[in-house]
Amino acid sequence: MKLFNQVNFAFIEKRRRAYVFSAALILVGLAAMIFNVFSLGRWQNYGVDFTGGSLIQVEFHQPTTAAELRAALGGAQAPPITRFGEDNEFTIRAPLGNDDVETIRARFENQLAAAFESDVFTIVRTETVGPKIGAELERNALLAILFSFFVTMIYIAMRFELRFGLAAVIATAHDILITLGFLAMFRVEIALPTVAAILTIVGYSLNDTIVVFDRVRENLNAKGGRRQDPLELVNHSINATLPRTVLTSGTTLAVLLALLVVGGAVIRDFTLVLILGVAIGTYSSIFVASPALLEIQKRFGDGSAIRERRKKRGAPATA
Amino acid sequence: MFTSLRGRIIVIIALVGASLGYLFTNQIKLGLDLQGGMHLVLEVDDPEGIMAPEARADAIDRAERILRTRIDEFGVEEPIVQKVGSDRIIVELPGIGLNDESRAKDLIQQSAFLEFKLVLPITELEAALSRIDRQIVGALGVDSIRALGRNEEGPSQDIQNLIFGGQGADSTPTDSTQADSTGVEQGPEVEDSSVNLRPFTSLLSSGDIEGAYLVGTEDIEVAQLFLALPEVQRALPRNTSLHWEADPIGLGQRTYRRLIVTEEDAFVTGEMLETATAQRDPQFNQPQVSFQFNRAGGRRFSNFTTQHIGDYIAIVLDDEIVSAPVVQDRIGASGVINMGNSDMVQAGDLALVLRAGALPARLAIMEERTVGPSLGQDSIDRGRIAGLIGVVFVVVIMALYYHVAGILAVMALAVYGLLVLGALSAFGFTLTLPGMAGLILSVGMAVDANVLIFERIREELTLGRATRTAVDAGFAHALSAIVDANMTTLFTALILFQFGTGPVRGFAVTLAIGIVASFFSALYVTRTFFLLYLSRKKASDPISI
Repeated sequence: MKLFNQVNFAFIEKRRRAYVFSAALILVGLAAMIFNVFSLGRWQNYGVDFTGGSLIQVEFHQPTTAAELRAALGGAQAPPITRFGEDNEFTIRAPLGNDDVETIRARFENQLAAAFESDVFTIVRTETVGPKIGAELERNALLAILFSFFVTMIYIAMRFELRFGLAAVIATAHDILITLGFLAMFRVEIALPTVAAILTIVGYSLNDTIVVFDRVRENLNAKGGRRQDPLELVNHSINATLPRTVLTSGTTLAVLLALLVVGGAVIRDFTLVLILGVAIGTYSSIFVASPALLEIQKRFGDGSAIRERRKKRGAPATA
Repeated sequence: MFTSLRGRIIVIIALVGASLGYLFTNQIKLGLDLQGGMHLVLEVDDPEGIMAPEARADAIDRAERILRTRIDEFGVEEPIVQKVGSDRIIVELPGIGLNDESRAKDLIQQSAFLEFKLVLPITELEAALSRIDRQIVGALGVDSIRALGRNEEGPSQDIQNLIFGGQGADSTPTDSTQADSTGVEQGPEVEDSSVNLRPFTSLLSSGDIEGAYLVGTEDIEVAQLFLALPEVQRALPRNTSLHWEADPIGLGQRTYRRLIVTEEDAFVTGEMLETATAQRDPQFNQPQVSFQFNRAGGRRFSNFTTQHIGDYIAIVLDDEIVSAPVVQDRIGASGVINMGNSDMVQAGDLALVLRAGALPARLAIMEERTVGPSLGQDSIDRGRIAGLIGVVFVVVIMALYYHVAGILAVMALAVYGLLVLGALSAFGFTLTLPGMAGLILSVGMAVDANVLIFERIREELTLGRATRTAVDAGFAHALSAIVDANMTTLFTALILFQFGTGPVRGFAVTLAIGIVASFFSALYVTRTFFLLYLSRKKASDPISI
């Protein structure tokens, strides 16, 4: 069986449409983030990992609805309650306020114990995070993303050329931005594993982009490669790697779907973010990274002038 | 030897054997999110940031050592006590469920600072009482005191509302009339004067033993508030301090706690303890902790008690008096702390923390996560099923798409899986829930390298090259893409490890191991299987790819 064997889709020619599509996705995401700022007070639906506060996951041994639980915990003043996975499992979130970790915790458990018989429910998970930790987490996540951009850009600039590095980082930033936009739009709760998922998207997106770029590099360095129309060369490279792109993304998505369906509620958001990221990462390596490479080349040249200068000085050309 | 076919097979078999060996002898360590347990992040409690960085770092170093001793004795399997950065300690207690949680927390947070102080007669304080009252009035203002209702009417927690903005609103209101009248009647120096407010003195009743005042249980909160004022601490006579007795006592209808006047300086501290053990008091069968001083401590203790026969001494644990016995005779190198209403578990825990030593500073909990064991097991089961389904997907896709070559890749993937699990167990890495997801994800990604190679081989075959040349060229040409793609993913995994904590780190570790293993499996193992497959064919025979 062969898929997309020796095809020649005009990907690059359709790049303007892709730009519009990407811009639309990014704008919608940004709009969602701004909307969240006004309605939630935060650009994302941060979980207790970020905001600080307390989360308790309760499993009831008898049919219980969110409404009953809400009524038991104070009706309109009840903390946010979410059904979690199975029918009779819920998470309850308590905000941080001015109290310390232990106070929130105790208040919470007392409320629950006052409302229900002790043999009716089991607390299966509790998380309490102080405000300091949450703020640090946000900073560290941002630093990690920026740092990974920086490191990969340097690596790609060394192994390829600077413009490849720039284009790869642009494509990856694009993926992150769209993913964050989706998360903001659907108000997916951002927890610690979500950060890991986003960083994985960075890795996956780069991985995918590099495979295409590797082919571009190879074709460039082949005989007569530098004289070929860059647009055609890049388009040809995308098509040559297309079977691999489809197959790898396909298997990865298949595995992730399995995880999404049977992996359980704890891991669901995490998997969802990864699926989103793999899909966007695949799209961007074709429609964003490669066109970005061409745009950079159009504006700043392909670096041949630098190579010529280096050659004259006798230094080896980097390619 | 690593490149000949036989050498390759030997290397692979050795690695697989080693992985299996590790897997059977060392169970893979499961993170708390999978096996259940408690995760705590602690910092030196210093909200105002008054400690010097060096002092804090030193306190954390010592606290880490003491916590390790305490937790090792606590009897949890494979606990983790780890300093992170210069000012934080992470404690992980596998298997500590939601029932033992508070006990574990007490054990970790209790300062366990034991002091022995001489009890002073209350006459030592009497002269200072009016000064203390004046300081309280000066610090809080007449209106606050009046509103507090110590000399007039009103519920006692009003003072809390005034000072702290209503945090005490959930405590039950006291019966103010009763509290007031008894307070006034029994106070040692009560003057009914509206000008001369006596906010503190009016709370005190003369005690039943030497050096002790009695404070009604309902007044304790207010009294503690007064005592916490820096002005009051300064107004105390030199080398005098006030300590509460830990357990309340009942006298008639009311319950009280003793407030005992002691010397400020301890004559012996817990640092001089040699050992401490929980036992039952032979007479009343109540739990108690007996302790033994080391030689220096014992000498000092017996010298001191020789000079103070007939006096009371206070055994002060974390600023509260656990008992205040009278010195009947010279006491040697040992003593007991009676635990009153506590159970043997609590006595055992106290003995444990006393043995391990006092924490140099109070530790505040910054983060606390507890996962019950059932939830963790559920996650493992689900992960297994998801992994299995994922593997089936991959096998079917690869076999359908690449035929025999696909089967070879799947075999290489099996080796890959064993290597990853073997590495997790051999290096003692912890498998967390996101880590497990990373593992399942990496199965999907591990296919990538094989796909890159196979696509290249197909291309070479389309160009009309002979089978063996095409295979060699396919591996050679795919190399640069595989190296660069894996390197960048490896970088992100390492960065994730650097910046992440807990489960995220677990994810980064499995991701990194997965990348290295998939690199090896695609370039070495798949290649070997290919060579094996080709060795049965003539150079010109077609291959199934």
